[in-house]
Amino acid sequence: MLRILGKIQRLGIVTEQLPEIGEPALTAIGEQLKAHIGERFGGSLAIREVDAGSCNGCELEVQALNNPLYSIERFGVHFVASPRHADMLLVSGPVSRHMETALLRTYEATPEPRLVIAVGECGACGGEFGISYASCGAVSNVIPVDAVIRGCPPTPINLMRGILEAIAKRSPGG
Amino acid sequence: MTPRDQLAAFPRRLADIGVRVEARESPGLAPAQLILVKPGDWSRLGIEARSWGCRWVASWGEEVDQAGGTVIRVNTCFEHGGAYLVARTAVPRAAPVLASHTTSYPGADRPERHIRDMLGVVYSDHPDARRWTRHQAWTQAECPLRRDFPAAGSPPARTAADYQYNFLLAQGGGVYEIPVGPVHAGIIEPGHFRFQAVGETVLKLEERLGYTHKGIEKIAEGRDAEGLARLAARVSGDSTVAHAWAACMAMEQAAGLDVPSRAVWLRALMCERERVANHVGDNGAMLNDIAFAFGFYQFARLREMWQRVSREAFGHRFMMDCIVPGGVATDLDPRFIATMRDEAHALGQQIGKLMAIINDLPSVADRVRGTGVLKPEHARALGCVGYVGRASGMDFDVRRDAPYPPYDKLTFAVPLHHYGDVNARARMRLEEITTSLDLIEALLNGLPAGPIRAAWMHPAADTEGLGLVEGWRGEILSFVRFGANGRIARFFPRDPSWTTWPALELLIHDNIVPDFPVCNKSVNGSYSGHDL
Ligand code: SF4
Repeated sequence: MLRILGKIQRLGIVTEQLPEIGEPALTAIGEQLKAHIGERFGGSLAIREVDAGSCNGCELEVQALNNPLYSIERFGVHFVASPRHADMLLVSGPVSRHMETALLRTYEATPEPRLVIAVGECGACGGEFGISYASCGAVSNVIPVDAVIRGCPPTPINLMRGILEAIAKRSPGG
Repeated sequence: MTPRDQLAAFPRRLADIGVRVEARESPGLAPAQLILVKPGDWSRLGIEARSWGCRWVASWGEEVDQAGGTVIRVNTCFEHGGAYLVARTAVPRAAPVLASHTTSYPGADRPERHIRDMLGVVYSDHPDARRWTRHQAWTQAECPLRRDFPAAGSPPARTAADYQYNFLLAQGGGVYEIPVGPVHAGIIEPGHFRFQAVGETVLKLEERLGYTHKGIEKIAEGRDAEGLARLAARVSGDSTVAHAWAACMAMEQAAGLDVPSRAVWLRALMCERERVANHVGDNGAMLNDIAFAFGFYQFARLREMWQRVSREAFGHRFMMDCIVPGGVATDLDPRFIATMRDEAHALGQQIGKLMAIINDLPSVADRVRGTGVLKPEHARALGCVGYVGRASGMDFDVRRDAPYPPYDKLTFAVPLHHYGDVNARARMRLEEITTSLDLIEALLNGLPAGPIRAAWMHPAADTEGLGLVEGWRGEILSFVRFGANGRIARFFPRDPSWTTWPALELLIHDNIVPDFPVCNKSVNGSYSGHDL
């Protein structure tokens, strides 16, 4: 136990100040996000991530948001296990036809008002997979989408920026 | 007789027992040898291959025109002592009936059901009549990989949930069922798990996959070489380097193209970096699954730092699209040689320090030792490859046993364990990180000068190629056949996950439900790589 505490103390806090990794504008959005979340979500934004058929690249970058360098929880954002607890769905992948109904049901299980963000080139437009017998393509072909975050996969920083922007857009006065 | 000679002698053995075997030249399939077998002998081929000690590697099919009509051609690849053999047969398209290899090789079960769902091959003695890859997006009468099936298909306006799949049921006092997925609790891929449990103990787990089926094999058709490389890079995002390499290797083999040595060294450098990133991340995730947050955050930090250097050096955090037909997309700036050497050294030290802490904790040992044991005989029966196989005594690594450049010039240790529990798989990953860090150093030190890409040349129509690469999950097999004008006629990538998903069903038996996440993570099968 002492060694763990020792390691923690030696390492200090690795969570980065935003200007170091992003554009200066991100700090401003970060501050706004915190404010918006405080105002509209009681200080906590719950996100349900849904892989609707992705190659898993997008999931790895969404997972990275929880690593100590991004530590997205510091803005009041956390990922939840059930859509029933979620304010927002973050949906990746071209929607495979085999996931179509599961995605619709997840959407229906999310209480209103709900925000939906399509993640990645695939989520935005079908990406490399497009529309086929097996793929519905873009997330917006299956459920209503409020915002998209492009990239293949989008970097964690761009994911953060996209989430912040989607919130800002929907918040009063945003 | 070396093990390689043993496989070379196998066709003679088949002929001796009356199996009609025809050896065929197919340079693109090298190092594998190709034999043609009559469909009536397909079953005996499986039985003999098994008694000869061959490992079943992959099966795939395609529709082709032959003298005498259109056929469904079926291939099965075997491996023995590092040598590969592709056995091929053909059944008429109108009546595509064939014996199953599942009776000899349980690992062939789902791949054959995949062939049945995609090409309509009827396996006369297959033990499982249920569909596998097909859910509700197309009907039993439709075969997406046949040529008269358009890539657009004719899917229903809304594809229904596949709720009528017949899971095996357990019955008895106190037995209950837990359905999980396809949408899982974490930030992970979708799939369905059906547990039968008594109290906390798992009696049986049955997987139902196919949810991320994106038609990869079908939409590969008609692409040019670059387009196929991009698609292969998205078969499984965490293995983007390895899959792109395997597909490019297959295409280059078909084209008879020599890849510049600097390019293959850079490919290996990227592939080892991918291996390290995934093992580091998974070690953290396994610790998370046993609620040891400290370990999770430490490994997550190390993985993030590692990915940032990948991005700086190669322009992408996963090095996606960095491997292209004929070579690599961008050269490595010399300044990264020192950076990566120091980075590899530092990572080794950091992990050493972390493990000194973690190894000291009985609460960690208690959760991983003896948990999720994959018995060596089960690993062998399923043909498990990668760290899952090697943690259960399956001593095979493509880099060492069927070496492709640049691994033919490098010496390295391939760790091996026999106990097959979560602990053994975690150890395997840590030891593989050490091997990869050594390899990275050797690759940086020996990186040859010269061009990084050879000009692509269209192979002749009907040329085929095989790529075999040790990805971070294990052996990847990639098959391509070109049609006219350098367009792809067939692409089949076999992710190692095909061999390890069934292993998860076996190793979870008699464990407690709360240990499922860590067992699953220790295996970490790819859904997308499997579902295609
Ligand atoms: S956008 Fe890229 S990383 Fe994300 S699912 Fe699609 S192919 Fe994979």
